[in-house]
Amino acid sequence: MDWEIVIGLETHTQLSTRSKIFSRSSTRFGAEPNTQANAVDMALPGSLPAMNRGAVERAIQFGLAVGARVAERSVFARKNYFYPDLPKNYQISQFELPIVVGGKLSFFVGEQERTVNLTRAHLEEDAGKSLHEHFTGPHGESSSGIDLNRAGTPLLEIVSEPEMRSAAEAVAYARTLHGLVVWLGICDGNMQEGSFRVDANVSVRPRGQTEFGTRCEIKNLNSFRFLERAIQYEARRQIELIEDGGKVVQETRLYDADRDETRSMRSKEDSHDYRYFPDPDLPPLVVAPEWIERVRQEMPELPAAKRARFEADLGLSAYDAAQLTLHRAMADYFEAAAAALPAGQAKQAANWILGELSAALNRDDLDISRSPVSPKQLAALIARILDGTISTKIARDVFAAMWAGESDGDPDAIIESRGLRQISDTGAIEAMIDEVLAANPAIVEEYRAGKQKAFNSLVGQVMKAAKGKANPQQVNTVLKQKLDS
Amino acid sequence: MTQLSEFHSIQALGEALRTRRVSAAELAADALRAAREYADPNIFLHIDDALTLEQARAADQALAAGSAGPLTGIPVAHKDLFVTRGWRTTAASKMLAGYVSPFDAAVVDRWREAGTVSLGKLSCDEFAMGSGNENSAFGPVRNPWDPERIPGGSSGGSAAAVAAGLVLGATGTDTGGSVRQPAALCGVSGIKPTYGTVSRYGIIAYASSLDQAGPLARSARDLVPLLDAMSGFDPRDSTSLETCDGAANAPGRVQAAFDAAQAGFQAGGERPLSGLRIGVPREFFNEGLSADVGAAVEAALQVFESLGAVRVDVSLPRTRLSIPAYYVIAPAEASSNLSRYDGVRYGHRAAEYTDLFDMTSRSRSEGFGDEVRRRILVGSYVLSHGYYDAYYLQAQRVRRMIADDFRRVLAQDCDVIMGPVTPAVARRIGDNRQDPIADWLGDIYTLGVSLAGLPGMSIPCGFGGESGRMPIGLQLIGRYFDEGRLLALADRYQQATDWHQRIPGHA
Repeated sequence: MDWEIVIGLETHTQLSTRSKIFSRSSTRFGAEPNTQANAVDMALPGSLPAMNRGAVERAIQFGLAVGARVAERSVFARKNYFYPDLPKNYQISQFELPIVVGGKLSFFVGEQERTVNLTRAHLEEDAGKSLHEHFTGPHGESSSGIDLNRAGTPLLEIVSEPEMRSAAEAVAYARTLHGLVVWLGICDGNMQEGSFRVDANVSVRPRGQTEFGTRCEIKNLNSFRFLERAIQYEARRQIELIEDGGKVVQETRLYDADRDETRSMRSKEDSHDYRYFPDPDLPPLVVAPEWIERVRQEMPELPAAKRARFEADLGLSAYDAAQLTLHRAMADYFEAAAAALPAGQAKQAANWILGELSAALNRDDLDISRSPVSPKQLAALIARILDGTISTKIARDVFAAMWAGESDGDPDAIIESRGLRQISDTGAIEAMIDEVLAANPAIVEEYRAGKQKAFNSLVGQVMKAAKGKANPQQVNTVLKQKLDS
Repeated sequence: MTQLSEFHSIQALGEALRTRRVSAAELAADALRAAREYADPNIFLHIDDALTLEQARAADQALAAGSAGPLTGIPVAHKDLFVTRGWRTTAASKMLAGYVSPFDAAVVDRWREAGTVSLGKLSCDEFAMGSGNENSAFGPVRNPWDPERIPGGSSGGSAAAVAAGLVLGATGTDTGGSVRQPAALCGVSGIKPTYGTVSRYGIIAYASSLDQAGPLARSARDLVPLLDAMSGFDPRDSTSLETCDGAANAPGRVQAAFDAAQAGFQAGGERPLSGLRIGVPREFFNEGLSADVGAAVEAALQVFESLGAVRVDVSLPRTRLSIPAYYVIAPAEASSNLSRYDGVRYGHRAAEYTDLFDMTSRSRSEGFGDEVRRRILVGSYVLSHGYYDAYYLQAQRVRRMIADDFRRVLAQDCDVIMGPVTPAVARRIGDNRQDPIADWLGDIYTLGVSLAGLPGMSIPCGFGGESGRMPIGLQLIGRYFDEGRLLALADRYQQATDWHQRIPGHA
């Protein structure tokens, strides 16, 4: 049977506020356990939550960036369940009335553009952490501990509609979302530290069936690779289960990266009754239109706007424009490089950034903001191609030298010191061609007999003689003239 | 040695302090002695001489420096629902036995800044759940008018301490009547201000949308500086109000409103309350009201009429529904508010357990008393999937209707509402042990005000019961932010009567 995979993602993005969502303690990562937890975070008797406006503004920014409706009135609710690292034994979260409603995200899966609708995005607090490993109690005994430093860290949970149909699409969505929240500066995007965590709802159905299959939720995927593999595994598991006559049970599952499989965590039957109700400690969150306007004005140019501008003004393809606007640093890099080039040549910068530069960044696992080749240097290199000083092929060698830091990354200095300047002197090229023709009479005969391959062979010989530096177009023209005369 | 018992008002004692006839330290030492020697050892849950005397010395310094205010050096005490640095805070629960807070409640801060000298922590019903102070894990408090009877609750220790003359002011909290009812049953004055005027920061939460702090004292006049000092906006409490009808919510507001109302009454001469319309809700005089309370309230209304006020018959048709609405909403919030007491970070932890969840479960079963467990169960039930709409949402709808009734009556029919606080005088300790619901029904006249968030107060208006020696309270209910005017009205009544001056043992 032909199966269709249905995926919806819930993404917890940690907001980049300095203090917590309902208290004044710091959100800094990596501090000594429980040094960043105050009375509110520890849920001491008599403590009360007070809303951090910075978290609200970040949520508003997100809403505006995805074209969602920012609710004028949203409500915080209590999600009640007992867990030792949840100090109040309820989590303050938005339930029925979230701050961000709707919106959508567009991205490319390969060459194909896709748009996924968002259901909502809501504000909530994070829990603390249970420390089970390498933890010793006050008397040196092996024990479990609770670190409440993370308790109360602001999260924006972004929920997509179940509109994705492959693991690759889910990953592309997640990467785009990640790029966007980092772009906006509302999240540091650090996945190792848990700043961006994805839950995947996965179900399968026979292609053509309209109703959804029973879904399983895979929790806490903190890398794109794990997201992809977990979905692939889970879809395969469900298909095999059904094909073997079994039934998918609605449950929460965990992905074990070491064994590359998902495992049941809890089924729907033993899921909690969270007893949601509006938090009486927090009045409804009212966001006046003026507040939204103020936030809008402070926002950077959005990826979608930049993308449209790259297409319309700089002549990029939709695909290139989308790739270049996945990350703000890359878009900034591109714009700086394009600005240093003659008008109409932005496409060259795009090709180099998405090609050579991205490959080098990937190889050395570097972020573009730390690229050893600056946008200006890259533009200078491209300019040497455009003015015929070097060929594109030679330029790759120059780029490698620039990447390695040779001559401080100055392409002109590298071209000079390595003697890579292209030979464009017609006399010199003619002399080389004459030598090659004289040395290869047999090939010349073949060409004259009508074999086109012979021509390419002669070009190769000339380029070899010129050590690659001869202007290929000139070589072509002059050779043709000589052979056909 | 100076005796606190020589002074019957904050004003009188304040004058003696400011003229340096008595020192705050001397007074505090005497008050501590009296508190220790008092016949009922359960009123105070924690006394610490050093802490009290330190505050008294600070008061004496302010008095010497001439920077003293109306409350400087006045001996007070706090309901054990307010967290305090230094004094233990238990909410009268085994769950928090021995707990010491690293911070002071906002109200405790404000009273200390105003110069009051705290004698310590007063008993109450466990987590403020109850109306007889029998639910304290540390023993019942006795009514100073009759040790066989309850003082009311949940602020029973506060009312008893004021009635017994151990302090001139005490903090209380009122969620469904917990200031007004014990004030009535102990023959003292108490006010629950408009919800949002006093910070809840540092009050151990029972039902957050209803909890509100208020003072208890000997008279309305004494309540004025006490309430004035404790109220004010607090950014740490998101339900705290920045303004009250345009006026900044800050100390001075209540005093100014009291002064203005008083000046208005003064202008009326012989009939100071001329033109005042007193709404008397017929539902407050139903078959459940005992004859003695009804008669005392009726007599009080006649006093107001003699001062120029007119009586208007009004209706609060949903009074009866306030009981089910309250006993759904308050337990629902309580079930969640009290879930933080799990034995993990602080508070009682069971000695033996098998795993984490067993630890929490056992700790809570051992740490909470019957009434608290009862309300947690009710609250968890009404919030459960499938019952939420039928109970919790329905109760919220009823709550809005009840508030609308009050608003309508106070906007159209009258300027103030008056009636009884309780259906009867204080019952005997242990009477309702087999029937907890009987106590719930006794809250009928106070719950509506809490559900509506309105200011309400109780002042003594007579005596009743078999002995004829048990106090009866009159309830005054005002419009939102009407605290100053309510206090001025009560003060007018107290100028015309002497119920508030009666002292247990001398009635």
